[in-house]
Amino acid sequence: MAPTISVSSLSKTYESGLVALADVSLEIQRGEIFALLGPNGAGKTTLISIICGLVVPTDGAVTVDGYDIVKDYRETRSRIGLVPQELTTDAFETVWATVSLSRGLFGKKSDPAHLEKVLRDLSLWDKRDTRIRELSGGMKRRVMIAKALSHEPQILFLDEPTAGVDVELRREMWALVRQLRAGGVTIILTTHYIEEAEEMADRVGVINGGRLVLVDDKVELMRRMGRKELTLQLHKPITEIPRELTETFDLSLSEDGTELTYSYDTQAERTGITQLLSGLREAGLRFRDLRTRQSSLEEIFVSLVRRPGDGS
Amino acid sequence: MNLEAIRAIYKFEMARAWRTKMQTILAPVLTTSLYFIVFGAAIGRRVEEIDGVDYGAFIVPGLIMLSLLTQSISNASVGIYFPRFTGTIYEVLSAPVSAFEIVIAYVGAAATKALIVAGIILATANLFVSYSIDHPGWMLLFLLLTTITFSLFGFLIGLWADNFERLNIVPMLVVTPLVFLGGTFYSIDMLPGFWRAVSMFNPVLYLVSGFRWSFYGVADVSVAVSLGMTSLFLVLCLTAVWWIFKTGWRLKS
Ligand SMILES: Nc1ncnc2c1ncn2[C@@H]1O[C@H](COP(=O)(O)OP(=O)(O)OP(=O)(O)O)[C@@H](O)[C@H]1O
Ligand SMILES: [Mg+2]
Repeated sequence: MAPTISVSSLSKTYESGLVALADVSLEIQRGEIFALLGPNGAGKTTLISIICGLVVPTDGAVTVDGYDIVKDYRETRSRIGLVPQELTTDAFETVWATVSLSRGLFGKKSDPAHLEKVLRDLSLWDKRDTRIRELSGGMKRRVMIAKALSHEPQILFLDEPTAGVDVELRREMWALVRQLRAGGVTIILTTHYIEEAEEMADRVGVINGGRLVLVDDKVELMRRMGRKELTLQLHKPITEIPRELTETFDLSLSEDGTELTYSYDTQAERTGITQLLSGLREAGLRFRDLRTRQSSLEEIFVSLVRRPGDGS
Repeated sequence: MNLEAIRAIYKFEMARAWRTKMQTILAPVLTTSLYFIVFGAAIGRRVEEIDGVDYGAFIVPGLIMLSLLTQSISNASVGIYFPRFTGTIYEVLSAPVSAFEIVIAYVGAAATKALIVAGIILATANLFVSYSIDHPGWMLLFLLLTTITFSLFGFLIGLWADNFERLNIVPMLVVTPLVFLGGTFYSIDMLPGFWRAVSMFNPVLYLVSGFRWSFYGVADVSVAVSLGMTSLFLVLCLTAVWWIFKTGWRLKS
């Protein structure tokens, strides 16, 4: 299937000389939820802004459904809804006025029924005649989402939609995202909450210092990059790991000497568990319980963006 | 052509004006009334007719031009500066609208508001003095050309300004002097030769002169020259706006 967004060799150098994006190529599939992860200043917002037409790229090209974002901007932009990172709202306008403006701006005929549905989905219907400045921060965030959805986009960009949003609203938002995806909308989101990406995304892209470090299927990524840990609860505490074991295995001992943790790569040919267990027996160590844990996306992420030379 | 977008921006801008109607409508009406009382009634009694027109009536076209200019500029400059300032401009810039459509919508709304105010002032003037309009068609043409030109000019200021101070500085330091020195309250024939020559470089003179001609058939310069100069200024503003959108100056990084 042809990708819905295709980014090729995109670069952006701001006037200040800062390289925000360097040769980024990426394809977004129709109907997927794609999470863009990266530390502050990585270039996530810059990438989104270029695709939406807010920032002019220095080099490279982007197509949306085969249309060029510069030459065929009407085609590409009318398909896209954007919820920017910053909370920027028409403070003095009512919720209804601002979503009506959004719909019109994107060239759609007025459709009060659709706007009502969007507002209801975001629990904003009761607030439709309220001036935006009288709303709380979380409500304003919803207004931004309502604006982006007012023109029935096929692609939705959510730039850190859950920053400063409480747990309940976050849950509501993810329910909405799932509902949109079920309706065929492609969703690209950035977030600093990695558990969100872990929970929501189909695929994950990691960007760091303007470079796309990795793009992968989330499950695949976790399997591939994932380190697994096997923790053994020893029968009797020990003070030191027997020398013959530390030579072959990556082991660590808990402070109180009762837990021995073995970390291994799930992708490796042999996990080494069998040898470890027999090694333990030979060393005369008995254990009464064991558990395993797979590393989270967050740990993978941190290990990816940690630059060589950063230590630790 | 994204007509829906033009309509949406226009409607949004007009609604904003309606909400702040005290400010957009009453303020200029009050100011103009004061001008009539001070210049027309108090001073006018001591001033003879100018070009055969009673002084009170003579200043009506000038006053309307004065408020049309300032209104057009402030409406349009605030109209575009405000969303830039708050950041809500992102939506317009990410929407499938062309620069041309954005300008039509913002400038159209600014001009409409200025025209409404001009109409109200014209009606208010009727309470103070009696005037005639010899060439209503031409009067409308001058009104339209002027408000569009200066709304474009205001739009440019709103794009150029990067703080509120700058937003006010051009109208204050450039436009107000030009309007006062452009024959709003007098005929330039009343000026000494040197200043008369200097006045010829003032674009506002041509607007006021042409506009006054449409009222009373008297003018400082010929109507054709007035029309030509107004159109020239319009083209200049259009070119500048076109260049800005083409390059994304002050709008996109
Ligand atoms: N208009 C601009 N002019 C100059 N530099 C900019 C501009 N906008 C962003 N930058 C710089 O470009 C880099 C990438 O910024 P960007 O906003 O894309 O990062 P981000 O990944 O979205 O970060 P965050 O997680 O903090 O939102 C940063 O170093 C930032 O300082
Ligand atoms: Mg960002």
